[in-house]
Amino acid sequence: MFNRRTLFAAAALGAFALTAPAFAQEKSIVVSSTTSTQDSGLFGHILPLFKAKTGIDVKVVSQGTGQALDTGRRGDADVVFVHARSAELKFLEEGFSTKRYPVMYNDFVLIGPKSDPAGIKGSKDIVAALKTIKDKGAPFISRGDKSGTHVAELALWKVAGIDVEAANSSKDLGPWYKSIGQGMGAALNTASAGNSYVLADRGTWLSFKNRGDLVIAVEGDKRLFNQYGVMLVNPAKHPNVKKELGQQFIDWLVSAEGQKAISDYKIGGEQLFYPNANDAGA
Amino acid sequence: MSGDVSALQLVLSGDPGLFAIVRLSLMVSLSAVAFAALIGVPLGAFLALTRFPGREAAIVVLNALMGLPPVVVGLAIFLMLSRSGPLGSWGLLFTPQAMIIAQTVLVAPIIAALARQTIEDLWVEYREELAAMNIGPAGRVATLIWDARFSLVTALLAGFGRAAAEVGAIMIVGGNIDGFTRTMTTAIALETSKGDLPLAVGLGIVLILIVIAINGLAWGARRAGERIAG
Repeated sequence: MFNRRTLFAAAALGAFALTAPAFAQEKSIVVSSTTSTQDSGLFGHILPLFKAKTGIDVKVVSQGTGQALDTGRRGDADVVFVHARSAELKFLEEGFSTKRYPVMYNDFVLIGPKSDPAGIKGSKDIVAALKTIKDKGAPFISRGDKSGTHVAELALWKVAGIDVEAANSSKDLGPWYKSIGQGMGAALNTASAGNSYVLADRGTWLSFKNRGDLVIAVEGDKRLFNQYGVMLVNPAKHPNVKKELGQQFIDWLVSAEGQKAISDYKIGGEQLFYPNANDAGA
Repeated sequence: MSGDVSALQLVLSGDPGLFAIVRLSLMVSLSAVAFAALIGVPLGAFLALTRFPGREAAIVVLNALMGLPPVVVGLAIFLMLSRSGPLGSWGLLFTPQAMIIAQTVLVAPIIAALARQTIEDLWVEYREELAAMNIGPAGRVATLIWDARFSLVTALLAGFGRAAAEVGAIMIVGGNIDGFTRTMTTAIALETSKGDLPLAVGLGIVLILIVIAINGLAWGARRAGERIAG
């Protein structure tokens, strides 16, 4: 008798587990995107508008740009929405997508402690500021995760004549440079805890709440420009890609309506992203 | 979820977003415990009651697997379920089902190892009695599992604790998708990364309260069961 009861209990638990497939949505796409679009709250603003219009559920997996592109390469996403032009062009070259659409831009800001140990606050020259940080050995936090922000940071160091990438580890550079291998929020938390400098995208910075003594040290340099692009994963490479629904999302993002939704997103009255789908060269 | 209100306030006001997160957390972890029990209890009983070459090595390995790092399990399941992996055609990556699979792998060794110990201890106690009653192997397993049922609840709770607390595996295979695969623990990780530490702490308190409540329910059920069983 007890045998049957045990079996019954097990079957009931099993049946409960099988309710899981009910969660599957019929009209949905997976978009792999960056932590900056997610953490800044942009998706929370535009995705409900897109769903109201098309009924399509957009499931966003937010990762660093490098990882987000890899997710697309493996066919685990229908659309990639990232910000590292060179990495995106490589993705195209490899045939993982057939077209890249510029969508919007924002900019990077160099964040640092109020006490400003490197004495660079208010500068408009990011390259000179980075050189000063290195010369003075002021603490600097690097994402170190192949994200778009990390790629941009490495490029800026290179312009400043400091080849961070060639230095095999943080050790070769000295204790002032710490590569943490984590997302934007984690990097800001680390900088906040240790009063360090850190390069951040403006969107994440504006929505970041645990600022402590951190303020913007350098902004407004053209070299801090941060372009976002969107691509449909090539269905020829991965037949499971939902090309109609994915293309619908891309078309909406670059349409007048999608572009307006992007420019309407503000935190504390400040616009975070500037739509520029019409700029073919972006 | 806005960061200006604490998670406890969200609970009190019945915030539907938070409710969905809590529901998904429980659904995933309880399902994983159920599947892990279906695998782990028979496996534990088998190891407790049989003698075969390499049995002790199997027990050592099983005990060691209780410490499987969630992030490694997550990565392994991710590589299997990815579209470019062997099971990619199932289309399970970034779904709650993938999260249940990952947590089942994490929890099954815990339940199996604890069940093995419980049943073996009981077996030492019952051996002569069962032998005298001339009960066959299947009957012995059933009798021992039944008589150990209250102790086995503790094994299930240990498994549930592990599942409810982990973030490494479900973050990788679930993707922390808002409204679809976001659980208590991945939401806490996200809010921490957004620098919203008060909301993250609030969510953490809610999670701990839920785990305590479930343990309380299990305790009550056990006491009631023992009373009925005499």
